Formats: sequence, structure tokens, C-alpha cells
Amino acid sequence: MDLKDLYRDVILDHNKRPRNLGTLAPPAIGAKGHNPLCGDQLTVYVSLDHGQITDVKFEGSGCAISMASASLMTEAVKGLDTEAFARLHASIHDVLTRHDAEVPAALGKLAALGGVREYPSRVKCASLAWRTLEAAIAGAVSVTTE
Amino acid sequence: MTRTPPYDLAAARADFPILARPIRGKPLVYLDNGASAQRPSAVIEAERRYAEESHANVHRGVHTLSQRATDAFEGARERVRRFLNARSTREIIFTRGTTESINLVAQSYARPRLQAGDEILVTHLEHHANIVPWQMVCDATGARLVVVPINERGEVDPEDVRTRISSRTRLLGVAHVSNALGTVLPVAEIIAIAHHAGVPVLVDGAQAVPHMAIDVQAMDADFYVFSGHKLYGPDGIGILYGRETLLAEMPPWQGGGDMILHVSFERTTYNELPYKFEAGTPHISGAVGLGAALDYVERIGLENIGHWEATLLDYATQRLSGIEGLRIIGTAAHKAGLVSFVVDDVHPHDLGTILDEQGIAIRTGHHCAMPAIEFFKVPATARASFGLYTTLEEIDCLAEAVIAARELFR
Repeated sequence: MDLKDLYRDVILDHNKRPRNLGTLAPPAIGAKGHNPLCGDQLTVYVSLDHGQITDVKFEGSGCAISMASASLMTEAVKGLDTEAFARLHASIHDVLTRHDAEVPAALGKLAALGGVREYPSRVKCASLAWRTLEAAIAGAVSVTTE
Repeated sequence: MTRTPPYDLAAARADFPILARPIRGKPLVYLDNGASAQRPSAVIEAERRYAEESHANVHRGVHTLSQRATDAFEGARERVRRFLNARSTREIIFTRGTTESINLVAQSYARPRLQAGDEILVTHLEHHANIVPWQMVCDATGARLVVVPINERGEVDPEDVRTRISSRTRLLGVAHVSNALGTVLPVAEIIAIAHHAGVPVLVDGAQAVPHMAIDVQAMDADFYVFSGHKLYGPDGIGILYGRETLLAEMPPWQGGGDMILHVSFERTTYNELPYKFEAGTPHISGAVGLGAALDYVERIGLENIGHWEATLLDYATQRLSGIEGLRIIGTAAHKAGLVSFVVDDVHPHDLGTILDEQGIAIRTGHHCAMPAIEFFKVPATARASFGLYTTLEEIDCLAEAVIAARELFR
């Protein structure tokens, strides 16, 4: 195994210069995620319009894997509807956790997260932003369906 | 300062089979002794021999093996008594570890005595195991947890203990050595202050016992607790030392076999000390292994070990502070056995993974001492903690790997 397989240039770049860093004002929904093992903490904000992600931002602090994963995610999910996000989340989850999972070409830059699966203690770092966005969307849904 | 170990370091390393095992294809550099130390063959063998030659249940049978097991178990208790210089084996309770020892004191000593408005005192640098059990009894009784502050070096000023003690203080819980920062606390002085106000003291010795000789009578501790696995012994075994007069007044914590003299459905008579606090079949082989670990460290000499670790600490402090962008967290004048640090642009968790790839094991995170780490306004630290087998060359490996990690993230 090579460390450069985990810390690929895309990961290092997104860690150093995270995209979509910041907050969104209401009616955008925010959710907090926390990884107690390493102290990663982030908040993901999402604006939804009729089930479509129109904007997403995040803020927080954490290891390079969690920061880069959050940054890459914000780039990838803008414009998706919530069902497409759920499918992408499932696909990322496979890439992060299953040794035999193919890394679909459609993942583009997100494929850089594929090195994480060789480091089981780091999977939670990479999945934090995704689970947090999932929670934000669920919160938005429960709010809008009231 | 001479950089020669006061004992045969190569021979000591050869006593620990795991140190010869490559990790990720590299020689193991084990710098996570603060979390758990490795075991010498003497400990592994003692447990194996016990299982092969002497095992049965203790304090029960009239048969030969039961007597042998009882002798081995009670022999280990006497070994621990000598190690701590306790007055009597009635003051030595076997537990699962430091955490269980503290919970026992919280539930059996503190809880029945606490009333709403009473106070339990702890310091800002405690491990969660010396915070949460007190919070639980506070929640149950309406008592309050009061915190003695630390300074920017991670030290506790005994004067701050004096000023935090009130007429409502019922107990002080204090670490002997901070697991997150390495600070050695002046426990004898702190205990004298607490006793002057009539407050008993529990000392969390988990991080102290591997590095220095302990004399519970000299320090005048009321309770002193530690775990076997940080002292080159087995996991799952620990010690509660308690002053006999206090233990005698305390009700049993758990009920079951071995802690009773007579049971009827109307009334049960509890056993005498120390058995009153040892319900159920104990971890007999763990106690035997712990006894062997104490033999082992005392053969090398805790003073010798402490002396060598002071050299390691000095060297590591000097090597690491020479690295640009590295900040040591916890710079107390008196430290033992470990260095906690952060590196600009490299999160501790990434550092842990990168070092592991080089075969170097360190701890990263909040070290189960979140308040202490948050005091320094960092989310986490990397911690290198030393053992009696740590070499200066291993510190060089650590320093070089940290520099390489910094390069990767530049």
C-alpha cells in the first residue's frame, strides 16, 4: 500500500483549498456532524428547491480526509435532486467500504476517495460529510412535510 | 546529560516478543504505551503456566488445584501490596482496571454520603474515567462537580486546590500523571492540603505506575487506582487501593459469590475485606500476570525506568521542538513518559495514519481527556508515549516521519 493512494493529489488539494466553505442563511437547512474518534466536526448547509439541491456549503474542522471529502461532495451534489443524491451516497459508501467495489467512472473526482477503503479507521472521516448532508436533507424534508 | 540507559536496553527489548514483529513491513516503533504497554515473555509465560498447572476457582474448593489457584491469586495480592507499600492486603481490591476502581469508589464511597449541594473536586486535566463516574453520582444525588483549573503549561497549582475546597467538598479526584499532557502532579502536597480540610483523595495512578515507584503511605492517599495493562501486565485486571478504615465503612458495590459469608433469603452477611468488593470469580490469571509484571519492572527498577524515560522525554522534546510548525501541548516543568503535540497543516489523525505506514504507533485524538485538550484550543493532538524499551533511535524515526508528513501536506 502506498500513502499516495490515500492522500492523492485531489485529496491534498481539496484539503488545502476546500471548495464551498461557508454558511447558508435560512431557509437553507444546516446539520451538524461529529466524528468523536478524531474530533472532526462540520456543519453542512443545503438549499433545496422542489427536491433539488440548489446550493450546498460546509464549515468545520477535521482531518484531510474529512475536509477533502466534504469539499468534493459539495462540488458533486449541486444540482442533484435528493433521490440522485441518495444514489450517489450509496455508491460512495460502497467505494469507501467494499474491497471488491468497482469505482464507477461516473464518480469523476470523487474516485479519489477510493484509497480510503484500505484504511478502515478512516472510513468514518470520509463518510462524515455525506451522512451530515443526508441528515440535513432529512431535516429539510421533515420540515417541509409538516 | 548522559544518554546511556541504566539497564541493558537491548536485553529488555528482547524480553518483549511483539517488538520483533514487523508492522506494514517495517520494524515496529511502539510509542503508544500510554494507551497500553506491551507484555514481556515473563508475563505471558506466567499466565500460560498458571493455566497449564494451577487453574481452578479460588476460595472455594478443598482440592489441590483450587488451593494452588488461591495461593497464586492471593500471592499476587501480596505482590501488589508490596508494590504500593500498602499496610495490609485487606486494602488491595482486584478490579477490571482503573475505570472500574474509580466507579467502585464513586458508587460505594461517594454516592451514599453525597447530599444535594455537596461537592466533588477534580482537576481540569483528568481522564474521562476520573470525571464521568463523579458526574454520575452528582446527577443521582444533586451534588456538584467543581473543577480545579490548569495553567497554560498544563500544571495544577496546589494553591488552586486549596481555594476550591469548601465546607461542602466531600472528595477530591486527581490524576498522578496526566495521560493527555504528561504532567506529573504534586499529589503528596495536594493530598496534604485536602486532608487539612478533612477531604479524602482518590489518586488516578494509571499513567504514573509505569514510570515511578509508588508509596501510598508516604503520599497518604486514601484511594489509589491503576490498571495492569499500562504496566506491562494483562488487560482486564486493575487495582483499587483503599485505606482500610474507609473501605471497612463502605457497602459492597456488586453482589454475588465470594463477597459473602452467609446468605439466606432473609439476610446476607458480607465477607471481610478485601473480598467484600470482589463479587464473582475474579480474573485469576490476570492477577497472576500482574504479579509477574510487577516482578519484571521491579527487577529492572522503576527508578532506572524513570531515569531512562526522562532521557527519552528530554531528547524527544528537543527533537520535536526543532521541527518547524510543531507545537508541544503540555509543557509542565515536571512531566513523565509522553509528548503531546500538534503540527501546522497536518491534522493529528492524518499524522497517525502516515506514521502507521512507517510502522510507528502513536495515539491521536483527545485521549479521553476532552476538557484538557480543548483547554489548549486544539481539536486533537498526536501523542507519543514511551516505555522502558523505547530507544533514542525510535524518537529519531518519529521526528523524521513527522517531517516527511509535513512535506506531504505542504
